[in-house]
Amino acid sequence: MKLLALLPFAALLGGCDFVVLAPAGDIAAQQRDLVVISTVLMLIIVLPVMALTVLFAWRYRQSNTEAAYEPEWDHSTQLELVIWSAPLLIIICLGALTWMGTHLLDPYRSLGRIAADKPIERKDSALDVQVIALDWKWLFIYPQYGVAAVNELAAPIDRPIRFRITASSVMNSFYIPALAGQIYAMPGMETKLHAVSNKEGTFRGFSANYSGAGFSGMHFDFKSLSASEFDKWVAAAKASKDMLGRSDYLQLERPSENVPVRLYGTVDRDLYKAILNMCVEPGKMCMSEMMAIDAKGGLGREGVNNTLPLTYDKYARRGAPLGSEPTFVAGICSIDELKDTPLREVTAPLDLTPLRGVGLRRPPFSPAFSPAHPSSTSLLLSGQRSKSES
Amino acid sequence: MSIATVSTQSSEPVFHVIDEHPHPEGASTMLGFWIYLMSDCLIFAMLFATYGVLGGNYAAGPAPKDLFDLKLVALNTTMLLLSSITYGFAMLTMEKSKLGATQFWLAITGLFGLAFLGIELTEFHHMIHEGATPQRSAFLSSFFTLVGTHGLHVTFGLVWLVTLMMQSARYGLTVANRRRLMCLSMFWHFLDVVWIGVFTFVYLLGVLR
Amino acid sequence: MFDNPELLKLIFGRLTLDALPIHEPILVGTFAVVATGGLALLAIITYFRLWGYLWREWFTTVDHKRIGIMYMILGIVMLLRGFADAIMMRLQQAIAFGGSDGYLPAHHYDQVFTAHGVIMIFFVAMPLVTGLMNYVMPLQIGARDVSFPFLNNFSFWMTVGGAVLVMMSLFVGEFARTGWLAYPPLSNIGYSPDVGVDYYIWGLQVAGVGTTLSGINLICTIVKLRAPGMTMMKMPVFTWTSLCTNVLIVASFPVLTAVLALLSLDRYIGTNFFTNDFGGNPMMYVNLIWIWGHPEVYILVLPAFGIFSEVTATFSGKRLFGYTSMVYATVVITILSYLVWLHHFFTMGSGASVNSFFGITTMIISIPTGAKMFNWLFTMYRGRIRFELPMMWTVTFMLTFVIGGMTGVLLAVPPADFVLHNSLFLVAHFHNVIIGGVLFGLFAGINYWFPKAFGFRLDPFWGKLSFWFWVSGFYFAFMPLYVLGLMGVTRRLRVFDDPSLQIWFVIAAFGAFLIFLGIIAMLVQFAVSILRREQLKDVTGDPWNARTLEWATSSPPPDYNFAFTPVVYDNDAWWDMKRRGYTRPLTGFKPIHMPSNTATGIILAGLATAMGFGLIWYIWWLAAVCFIALLAVAIGHTFNYHRDYDIPADQIGKVEDARTRVLAAGAQS
Repeated sequence: MKLLALLPFAALLGGCDFVVLAPAGDIAAQQRDLVVISTVLMLIIVLPVMALTVLFAWRYRQSNTEAAYEPEWDHSTQLELVIWSAPLLIIICLGALTWMGTHLLDPYRSLGRIAADKPIERKDSALDVQVIALDWKWLFIYPQYGVAAVNELAAPIDRPIRFRITASSVMNSFYIPALAGQIYAMPGMETKLHAVSNKEGTFRGFSANYSGAGFSGMHFDFKSLSASEFDKWVAAAKASKDMLGRSDYLQLERPSENVPVRLYGTVDRDLYKAILNMCVEPGKMCMSEMMAIDAKGGLGREGVNNTLPLTYDKYARRGAPLGSEPTFVAGICSIDELKDTPLREVTAPLDLTPLRGVGLRRPPFSPAFSPAHPSSTSLLLSGQRSKSES
Repeated sequence: MSIATVSTQSSEPVFHVIDEHPHPEGASTMLGFWIYLMSDCLIFAMLFATYGVLGGNYAAGPAPKDLFDLKLVALNTTMLLLSSITYGFAMLTMEKSKLGATQFWLAITGLFGLAFLGIELTEFHHMIHEGATPQRSAFLSSFFTLVGTHGLHVTFGLVWLVTLMMQSARYGLTVANRRRLMCLSMFWHFLDVVWIGVFTFVYLLGVLR
Repeated sequence: MFDNPELLKLIFGRLTLDALPIHEPILVGTFAVVATGGLALLAIITYFRLWGYLWREWFTTVDHKRIGIMYMILGIVMLLRGFADAIMMRLQQAIAFGGSDGYLPAHHYDQVFTAHGVIMIFFVAMPLVTGLMNYVMPLQIGARDVSFPFLNNFSFWMTVGGAVLVMMSLFVGEFARTGWLAYPPLSNIGYSPDVGVDYYIWGLQVAGVGTTLSGINLICTIVKLRAPGMTMMKMPVFTWTSLCTNVLIVASFPVLTAVLALLSLDRYIGTNFFTNDFGGNPMMYVNLIWIWGHPEVYILVLPAFGIFSEVTATFSGKRLFGYTSMVYATVVITILSYLVWLHHFFTMGSGASVNSFFGITTMIISIPTGAKMFNWLFTMYRGRIRFELPMMWTVTFMLTFVIGGMTGVLLAVPPADFVLHNSLFLVAHFHNVIIGGVLFGLFAGINYWFPKAFGFRLDPFWGKLSFWFWVSGFYFAFMPLYVLGLMGVTRRLRVFDDPSLQIWFVIAAFGAFLIFLGIIAMLVQFAVSILRREQLKDVTGDPWNARTLEWATSSPPPDYNFAFTPVVYDNDAWWDMKRRGYTRPLTGFKPIHMPSNTATGIILAGLATAMGFGLIWYIWWLAAVCFIALLAVAIGHTFNYHRDYDIPADQIGKVEDARTRVLAAGAQS
């Protein structure tokens, strides 16, 4: 009965686009693999438990007087050992998998490969995209091309993309399921994401963290294009007469919902830096400057007066009822004087062998080959790997 | 209770307490109050953690070394520490059932507590007057909140102290009143310990930073 | 007077007539229904002259049993509200396709999902769990009441006060539009200047005080008031899980109090804890609130585990398998629950080592949880399982919870979380554990202990109907959400444009409708049981042939619970007594010292609620007056030294004789 009822659902499932399980990007595909492997690992223990539950519930029902009944039996050391160690073993496997997977798929880590069978060719070929979550739309700036787009992201396939992500006012989460896992976009902070797309097509990207009234409309198309198509897209963007300077950004930043795609032909070079440091408004002190001052011990007693009343506000923002009027800290340097924070890059290991462990040797499969090897103990002691293994 | 004697007399197990005394009233009060103090301690822990995270964010404003007057704070600390000692004297005299002496020491404790609060308020007033308000920076927000929460606790401790003095005066050092004085004693010493944390982590380390 | 805005502002703060949602038909309709129902209830109470009875016997009671029952009623009433929110969301998401905007504007929809989360956790699950602990635990340890009976009454009314504030936001002003944890900067004054977040803050603060105090109270009760002979390792498992839950409450709710206090300082006096400017750090809020939030999950589920342990042993007619490992598993879960909070925001970018640490600690929790699962399994092994309602819920729990546990461990793998975080997969996961674990446990508990509380069983027919509707409804409502999560659909969306998703939302809405029938059937079950109470009557006090002490006394138990304090030799104390031929003592009663009722608790809580209302609407005079009154009443209360009385021995004799007659009559028939 139940199985029959499930049939239409099976049909339904077939017609669906399981983008998380069938993504277009290598990173998302590896994350999918982890999802699948972990699930299978857990099913090893979950399925027997479910089966035993049903079995015991049926077999030891009250009406079945043939089944054994031992009302005082409440302990068995062997069983206890099994019921604690079985989950423990699964978790040890899963924990190892997690440790490795988390480090290898760290979104801050630059890519080690384009796809399972394609290594990185040129090191510095990555496409830089600066992502800004606004209320309630996405702004993408391409510093290498000097163009920008609202609610549309284009990238060539098989070329690593380096996202640097921030937000203007509240927290969002930058997520393109077909490309890679999500990461938060937070005001005044920067997160990074490295990803690559391997398949042409148009995919969906959106904010995965509720951010207010216009949240539902805060999505964009991710266009995964061939290299030549991408060049065309850039050319089209460049041809746009719209330019994105600071004042234009302040206009754009105001809350709006379901914003159509818009391309900008020219972009203020320092705009992203200013957004990240929350100092697009003229006269406002940048976060990096503030942090540098704070690290040196603040501006002293005179610093208390270094504030100006907040004149512009996206939300006709009210101050707290019992506090003073909203203010901001006045800047001292201009944005051009700010040094870029040095980028701390986490790079992918090209050789995964150390992660897999050097202590254990693969067992020799051909007996003719094995005498040539040094004994495994000496291998461990010397800490060297024989060439045939690497 | 006499379970043991009964069950040794007969081999049959006895399933109920035959000669039962009611639980002395307030038998769990000390334990309960301890647990409450620990939960309060967690609130302070959160405020300390907040101060630890935000304490260096001056927002290009003043830093601890610009604001704190260590001499004043040392005086303040002395007031609170002395109040703890005098509370200790109050408890010692309470043990000897000397109502008058107990009241005297409690009053002294209250005066020290008031002095502590007065100095703290002077310090706050001074800072706010200079423009170093809780709104000026995250450092100042967390500073005022941590120290102010402690001050609020001391204020409530004083209200409680006055209440207990009235009750002792009216009803004498009854069992219930002794228990209450013990609870306040724990509360008062607890605030002392918290203040030592504040003095060390906020003031001393702040000026060193 | 009405043309002076300054004066009006002084008197009413920011409360104006515009705050009443007269332009929103849905709310006006709801208000009409609630108001009619409420008035009818008031009329009935007045007509039958029940006010005095309710006030004397219930509102001012310090009896843990009555307070427990009142908690349960609060939880069930709030369940109706929380579920109404749920079905509104399901309906909106099922129809908002293909350019349709649905029927809820963002302003309303965003309040609905926030209120649903807040109400279900704080005002449904928490009261139900606290209520059961309050009712059952003192009976299980052979105590006459909790350690601090007055505090218990006060805690209950504070919880009610929080619920009242949240309910008030429905008709006066609005609720938060931030999601149930109110992350700043969105919840800060700059982006949520309205009263919604203030309702959220004060609702939770008022209720949180009650929860913390009740936690302290129950810990003391378990530590201090156990019957002689009941060592820690002879306590029933439900008492153990209650102990661990209350330790978690005391060690985590202060964190919530502190973090909400910081948020309210930001909102009220403009400090910079969680702002973007002036050195504030919104991510600190996220960390702090989850340091409370994750233990909260275990606060809810541990008592449910305790219930399943009691039910499984009782209905299998067998000792609980692996009592010791069960206890250790509970304690391990308690400790580990503090080491996992970061798994709620792996996507913040904390770095691989931090993420994998928290991922692995999370997985480790599944080991003791798995051990518990096996322990229940082997309790059933070689038992004689009676499939009464509590056992049906338990077996269903075992089958459902392992799915939720599995998806939970999956979400603990950080790279997997990157693709599933905040998706409907996550929503399905936590409903799977909270409904499949906590709620099923509470239903098992309600069906199991109802005869103890009222002296008659719940009607099995309607109970089974409710069971099947709930279980099938649960699977219909949440399995599609797993599917949608794998299709990359995120949570809290109001409108959709991919038409292929709609069918899944329609199935989920159908599931919610089945759950609705389940709730109706449950309410009918209560009504039918009350009507048929003579047929369902249980005179023995032990209708299930159970094992722990609460079944040793009559149903419902007398005010003093046990005429003589029981002495315990075995961890199935009552089973042991029955086996060794225990006979009830019929003479030799002594007077019993009991706490007297007091109205202070309800007055204090009322003042605290009014103070919250004043703060929410910036009616400063009201807040100040209430605060001063609060202090005055609390201090005044301490001047009352006569808080208890003795039940005379002959009155106890009468009650016990009556029970002897009932038992004798029951034995003859």
